[in-house]
Formats: sequence, C-alpha cells, structure tokens
Amino acid sequence: MALLEVRNLEVSFRTREGIIKPLRDVSFTLNQGERLGIIGESGAGKSILAFAILNLLSRPGYISGGQVLFDNQDLATLSEKRLRSIRGSRVAMIFQDPMTTLNPVMTIGQQMIESLRAHRKISRKDARVIAIQKLKQVQIPSPATRIDQYPHELSGGMRQRVTIAIALLLDPLLIIADEPTTALDVTIQAEIISLLLDLCVSNNVGLVLITHDLCVLSQMTRRMIVMYAGRIVEQGPTKEIINDAQHPYTQGLINALPQLSIPGTELKQIPGAVPGLQHVPSGCAFNPRCEFSMDICTRVEPGFTCSGGCSVACHMVEELVNSMGEDL
Amino acid sequence: MVAFLIRRLIQAFIVMFVVSLIGFAIQSSLGDPLRELVGQSVSEQQRETLRDEMGLNDPFFTQYLRFGEKVLKGDLGTSYFFKQPALEVILNKLPATLELVFGAVMIISIFSIPLGVYTAIRPYNWVSRLVMGFSLIGISVPVFLTGILLTYLFAVELSWLPSFGRGETVVLFGSWETGYFTRDGLLHLLLPCITLASIMLPLFIRLIRAEMMEVLSLDYVKFAKSKGLSPLRIWLVHGLKNTMLPIITVGGMQIGTMVAYTIVTETIFQWPGMGFLFLEAVNRVDTPLIVAYLIVVGAIFVITNTLVDLIYGLVNPTVKLARQ
Repeated sequence: MALLEVRNLEVSFRTREGIIKPLRDVSFTLNQGERLGIIGESGAGKSILAFAILNLLSRPGYISGGQVLFDNQDLATLSEKRLRSIRGSRVAMIFQDPMTTLNPVMTIGQQMIESLRAHRKISRKDARVIAIQKLKQVQIPSPATRIDQYPHELSGGMRQRVTIAIALLLDPLLIIADEPTTALDVTIQAEIISLLLDLCVSNNVGLVLITHDLCVLSQMTRRMIVMYAGRIVEQGPTKEIINDAQHPYTQGLINALPQLSIPGTELKQIPGAVPGLQHVPSGCAFNPRCEFSMDICTRVEPGFTCSGGCSVACHMVEELVNSMGEDL
Repeated sequence: MVAFLIRRLIQAFIVMFVVSLIGFAIQSSLGDPLRELVGQSVSEQQRETLRDEMGLNDPFFTQYLRFGEKVLKGDLGTSYFFKQPALEVILNKLPATLELVFGAVMIISIFSIPLGVYTAIRPYNWVSRLVMGFSLIGISVPVFLTGILLTYLFAVELSWLPSFGRGETVVLFGSWETGYFTRDGLLHLLLPCITLASIMLPLFIRLIRAEMMEVLSLDYVKFAKSKGLSPLRIWLVHGLKNTMLPIITVGGMQIGTMVAYTIVTETIFQWPGMGFLFLEAVNRVDTPLIVAYLIVVGAIFVITNTLVDLIYGLVNPTVKLARQ
C-alpha cells in the first residue's frame, strides 16, 4: 500500500520578476517502510520538495498544483490545523545542519517535551520518560543528564542524534531527511547514517532522503529519484541507476565521482552550471549542458520513457527504446 | 558571578575616572564662575584674591587631584548658585527624572514588544503598514517638536492634561517624592513620558520587528513548525525569547541615553528634574554642579549596563558569567 503518493506536484514562487516554478511535474510513490533517495545539484529543488511534502513552504512559495496524498489525505489542500496534527507525529523532518535546527535557548528536554505535548495529552513527567528513552535509542550516553543540557553543550554529531530522537518521538510513519549528514565530518556521517538506517528498518519507518551524496544514497535507499532544474529526470531502483544510468545527466553525476581505486585520474565534470529558475532552457532543461543534445531537445520537453525498471525523461532514451521495440 | 562583578567594578572605576577627568577638564572652558558669583562692583584685585582662595589659579592637575580626593570622600563640590553640596542638589532632583524615565520605559516596553512582534508576524497587512508608517514619523520628528505639539493639542486646545510641572506628589521612604500615587501626579506624568518615549518607541518597534523576522526565518523555527507546534508557541516561545536577547542589550544602553534625553523633555514641560537643573547650571556657569551632573549620569550608565549584562547572562544559557 502506498504510504505517500505525490502526483504532478508543482511549486511556485511569487517574485518581482513574475512567477517562477522551482518544482514542476513531480510524481512518485513511497510504500510503507520504503526508503527513497532524491538526488540533484544545489538548486535542483530537492529541499523545496521536502518542505512541499509537509506543506511547510513559507512565503512567497506555495503549492500551485498537484497532490500530496498521505494516508488518503491530500496534504496540499488540508487545513492548517489538520496539517499540524500530522507534522511531527505522522511525518517528521530532519534538517541539514544540527547546529541551527535546535533552539539555542531551550534545553534538549524542553524541545522534546513540547513536541510530545503538542500531539498527546501527556504529563511533563511522562513525556520526559519517553524523551529519555528515545535519547537512549539514538545512543546518546547518559541521556538523563543530557536531556537537561542546552544544544551548545553537545557536539554536532550528538545534536544530529537529538534531532533524530525528536523525529522519532511520536513514532512517525515517514521521515523526511533533508541532507541529514552534509554538515558533519565523514566519520560521524557514517555513524549517523547507520543509526538512521537501523532505526528506519527496525521501526518500519518510510524515509525520503534528500542528498547530493551518491554514496550516502546508495547505502541507504532501494529506490532513487534524480532531479534537475525542478523536474525529475530519472527514477528507478538505486542499484540499477548507479550501475546503468540512462539519462545523460545521471551519467554525468556518476562519472563526476572520484574513483578511489584508480588514483591520479582526472575528474570528469558536467560542463556549465544549473540554470537559474528564471531562465530554464526551453525543451529539455539539461540540453545546453548535454553532449548528446539533438535538435528536438531544445524544442520539446521530454516525457517519461520506461527503460528496464527505470523511467527516464530523455529524447535520446525514448528513441533508443522505440528502435529496440521496432527491432523486436 | 563574583569574578564578573569584580571585573565589572574595576571597569566601572576606570569609566568613572575618565568621565570625571573629562568633566573636570571642560569646566575651565565654561567661562568665569566669578562673573556669576560677584557683582559688577567688585574690583579686579578682589576678584584675584577670591580666585586664589577658591584655588582657581592652581595648575590643572593640582586642582584635579584636590577634586579627586574630595570625590572619593563623596564630596562633589559645592554649587556656586545653591550654596549647597552639588551631589545633594542633584540627588534631590533625581527622583523626578527617574520617574520620568521609568514612565517612558514602561510605555516603550508595553507597546514595542506586541507591536514589533505583530508587524513581524504579519508584515504585509494594513495594520502593520500603518504601524510602520507611524513609527517612521515618530523617529523623524524631534523630541522638542513632539512635546510642543502634544502640549498644544492636549493642554492648550483640549485642556485634558496639564502642560507643566509634576503636580501633586507624595513622599515615600522619607525623601523620595513620587507622582505615581496621586491622580494629579499621574496626569502630569503622561505627556512628558509620551514625549520622552516618542523616539525610542518607534525605534524599538522597528528593532524588535527586524530581529523577530530574522529569527522566524531561522532553521530552528522551521524545525519547530515541522514538529507540528501551534503558531502561538512558535512565535512566543521559539521566536520571542531569541528576539529579545539582542534587544535587552540595546535597551539597557538606551535607558542611559534616555536619562540624558530628559534635558529636552524636562525643559519643555518645566519638569523639576536633573536635566532641567543641568541646563540651568550651564546658564549660570555653575561648574561644580555641571561636573557633578556628568558624574551622576555616568554612574547611572555604568549601573544600568552592568544590570543589563547580568540579566542577559541569566536569560541566555550560552553566556556563562563565571567564565568571563
């Protein structure tokens, strides 16, 4: 059964230069307990997608089309009050920088207890017991003393454990993690990833992992989405995409990874930069940077073609698949 | 905490030393005190003897040391005009000024926080635009003009409120005259307090609004939203407390500034306070009184700033006073 179904989601921002659309035509589904990775460069619309799922976009951004179906309710049109009852309790979020996601003037405990008490009729004392138990679950040593400390008394890795504990407080069905390890050092990154993975598996929690790190993504997810300039360009099983990417952009991303096994080789990079949202190229948004760009790519926005277990938005792949069909 | 206080005390001592030095240094440029003290009939020779007697012909540092020695004993000199210890003259007027400043601070606190928070939360609605527009006018109009306009409107045209003086006062604790316990005293306080608050209030509305908007855009507020907290809790618990931290610091410094601002307000409303006294002292070249005023105001600055730092340390958990 689908836990989350996003259908043709579109986000707009009202600006002085007119309306820009940082997210267009995004559709995917996530089943219960499934982990989905979303990857793309900065400016691809990943974080906006994360906030749009919980309908948490702040002005001037708003959802201008499509649906976000969670538990048979459309979060895109649900009332603010109903949304609040879902946020934090059924769907929780983890942010990028643990240094800034915790309120500096409130203790860890206060920030956990307020979350519990916002959703459950529960005494402070009982809430504290649950909070300590969750801190223990994320392997924070001596949680009973840590709970009364302020965020600045904890290290970065500890703080991210705390935010994970807060996310898990009300046993959500889905966690949206927006680059949860980007701001941490590599060793701590590995700890946090394995912790998050363990907790998701043992509690059967669905995960939408937003990242620009292919390694993290391949460790944590079975399925992935590649985004470019506000659109999905490729979607499918993580293993399949990493081994045999169809879209030229995904291929570029994978080729740009340094190969530790072959030292001294020059890194390949994708020429050019992500277009600004006001000047998204016509046709396929990737065409100016694509080495396979054809005439049609500059004119027509490609639809999705199924290739193996993946769906790809590329004219070249479409032709390839069609010609294969004719051959058969 | 104790270490902090000792450090602060040493700092305060240095500040007060510099203030007294400056205050003492300018008095030589304020004109000849003898001209005010004695009449036309006194001959030049008699004047010179008087100067010698008063020690006005000694070198600067000899005079300063003599002055400093007296100050340490709590003697800030004798007012030429009142023929009374200068400190006593000023402290007699202190309650009136402090009550004026207190009233203005109350007005500022009561109005700036809700208005600042509201205009930050709803930056685009018409009430906010109106508040912001008026605050711009408030900042732009000088205090003396605000005072005169208020007097004209409420005292002269409408005759609702008195235009000058403190009205009926009650004596508290033996010496403190207060206007806060009589109806007449409160009515007399209203216009001067509003006038004194007229620049700081809009300034603080804008300051709180800017700070609050900044805080509301931060990650921990977004995180609080993602936890499903009510907007009221997000604004008042997550937003306001962090907003007020820098405001406390600025506000504390401004209380000192307001004590100085009272000079204009007290003059407009004939308020028998320190500021009014200071202006008279300047006119009369009453140098001991001028120097004493500077020292008292300097001390008020130092005391309020120390108190503010203490409060800041108590409110902000990331500041440990003991470690400073």
